[in-house]
Amino acid sequence: MSDVLSFIGKRLLWMVATLWLVYTISFVLMRLAPGGPFSSERKVPPAIERQMEARYNLDGSYVEQYFDYLGGIVTRGDLGWSLRLEDYSVNEVIAQGLPVSASLAVFALIFAIVLGVTAGVISAVYRGTIADTSMMIAAVVGIAVPNFVLASVAILLFVFGLNIFPAAGWGTLKQVLLPAICLGAPVAAYIARLARTGMLESLSREHVRTAIAKGLPKSAVIFKHVLPGAMLPVVSYLGPATARVLTGSLVLEQIFALPGIGSHFINAALQRDYTLAMGMVLTYTVILFVMNSIVDLSYAIIDPRVKLQ
Amino acid sequence: MSKLSEKGSLQAEPAEQLQLEQILDESQQIQGVSLWQDAWRRLKRNRVAYRSMHVLIGLALLAILTPLIPLQSPIDKDLNDRQFLPPTMASSSMGSRAGLKFSEGRLTTQLQAVESQIAALEIELGTLSTEEARNQIEQSIKQKRVVGHPFNQLWHNLGPVSWTMCRLRVAVFGDYAIPSICGTDQLGRDVLSRIMWGARVSLTVGIVATLVSLIIGVSYGAIAGYFGGWIDAVMMRIVDTLYSVPFIFVVIFIMTFLGEDSVKKRLEQFGINQLTVFYLIIGAIYWLTMSRVVRGQVLSLKNEQFVEAARTIGASPARIVFRHLVPNVLGVVIVYLTLTIPAVMLFEAFLSFLGLGVSPPDVSWGLLLKDGVDALSSVKLFWWMVVFPGAALALTLFALNFLGDGLRDALDPKMKNKD
Repeated sequence: MSDVLSFIGKRLLWMVATLWLVYTISFVLMRLAPGGPFSSERKVPPAIERQMEARYNLDGSYVEQYFDYLGGIVTRGDLGWSLRLEDYSVNEVIAQGLPVSASLAVFALIFAIVLGVTAGVISAVYRGTIADTSMMIAAVVGIAVPNFVLASVAILLFVFGLNIFPAAGWGTLKQVLLPAICLGAPVAAYIARLARTGMLESLSREHVRTAIAKGLPKSAVIFKHVLPGAMLPVVSYLGPATARVLTGSLVLEQIFALPGIGSHFINAALQRDYTLAMGMVLTYTVILFVMNSIVDLSYAIIDPRVKLQ
Repeated sequence: MSKLSEKGSLQAEPAEQLQLEQILDESQQIQGVSLWQDAWRRLKRNRVAYRSMHVLIGLALLAILTPLIPLQSPIDKDLNDRQFLPPTMASSSMGSRAGLKFSEGRLTTQLQAVESQIAALEIELGTLSTEEARNQIEQSIKQKRVVGHPFNQLWHNLGPVSWTMCRLRVAVFGDYAIPSICGTDQLGRDVLSRIMWGARVSLTVGIVATLVSLIIGVSYGAIAGYFGGWIDAVMMRIVDTLYSVPFIFVVIFIMTFLGEDSVKKRLEQFGINQLTVFYLIIGAIYWLTMSRVVRGQVLSLKNEQFVEAARTIGASPARIVFRHLVPNVLGVVIVYLTLTIPAVMLFEAFLSFLGLGVSPPDVSWGLLLKDGVDALSSVKLFWWMVVFPGAALALTLFALNFLGDGLRDALDPKMKNKD
């Protein structure tokens, strides 16, 4: 138990270090960008410009700004004001968008794991059959076709062609389903390949042969003896999978017009809303770091040979 | 004395000598199979991977030779009657669009006309003596070469090599151009020719960015692995930290700065265009895994017995590194390269889709797919704008994936002499 606690403690320290690194990179980039956020707007009297700069914390030297902003984040969790969205703080934007993005990502991941593992297990057990070949071809297609092409074709097919799903909007399960499936599909394809390789390797192990030899039913052998060992590569892929889902959600939220943080981030980047973009990058770093740590932790729990460090 | 007896014994037993010679002959017949020959043989036996390699070589050749192929112009817009044309076999000729105002509506005659004008001006230049008049003529020659030249109206930013290839193509094929067998896009441009010109950009992004990541990753990993100890520990901790940075978002952040006009101008002063920076940035984020892989390999190899053996027989450190360590690491690196290129190409498509990657009038597959996806609507199905670029991208990625898998099997030393 103390193992786990010290692992979590160390990870937290690393997360702080990483966040500080990301913050510094983003801050330097933000200040390197030519012109202040208000320089492109129509000219205002100097006094008003000073007031605006004071409100957005742009007066003072760069070093002062760096520490002021950092202090705001650390002590109050305040990421500042959005430069483009009227009267919104970055925190408010994230608070509104995060639930949308998070539920989309969770649905996508669940879909990817369920579909990927099922396909991988089936194609490994029935190795060399038509089912195996066709599923693995589908997996390669899933890896090679860009997310946004898949999503556009799916919209055309399911929304306009077959009328199964609503065109856009957010809230009901039906509205989440199609974007989540499109988001999860490439990840599912990758997981299917990993699961198949893992299954094949674990099927040839000696303890499995023993289990078969002593006359256990096939399903018991597969679910009790083969599957746990085969899942290790899949579990270790979940960290990168999360990163991939988050990246994909940038595009999919755009295509499906979902009000998540992904579409906010893209808009912020395109409109040079630096504070909002920085807040988003920091949020994504936290999500990614937490997910990676959870994966490492669960890996150690599943596989007793792995030591936490 | 002993020499004599040796000679004597050899002469005494001719049968044994014969046998020895036979063995010598046989041993000369046997050829050593190097790691690479063995891998090559196994790769050839893997039919899918071998085909994929051929497909990739073909694609690369096509991309290199694109200016020689009689394609239509990739950038010449025709908004009057060529928007969203479905795939057709109707013949087309270069320079026939009325808006181009080519003489007789033909590229060849226009080219001739412009070139004879330039030649006439050059002759005139030779006869003139005053500085002012010469300058004026030089100006108008330059103008004719750059703005007025038909090539610059039909192609964008041709390099010297591509320029020569285009001339060659006009000399061989004249005004003939392949019909729009893949249809035309929303601005009346030929999709086939855009796919071919886009292949140049997409493949270059994939290869250059991967090479950048290769250089950074291999040197970083090799240094960490070779020195070991605290240097290794610190360097790998840095990599661990960087792994948790969501680089895609940082890249998007950076691309938006580079999109700013004043930054663009400043970069162009140094002769750097946005595309170059794009390559470098993508390369700079994909090196992490490569450095880990190389470090692990070097770490496990430097204490291997064959290295020890080489050292015992007096091989120099440089020879050990380049003759024994590098070839062994290279296999893994090549496999990883073939798997990084598709990832980079997908990333390019992704960024172009968001409007942060390659910007027009340059064209890439990602940009074509974005145009295609934008044109998809339920009212009218312009399927050719998605299907053909998508197929090109998917085919390349398939081939790279299969080749990577095949190479991994072929270069795996555990599989040596097995099949």
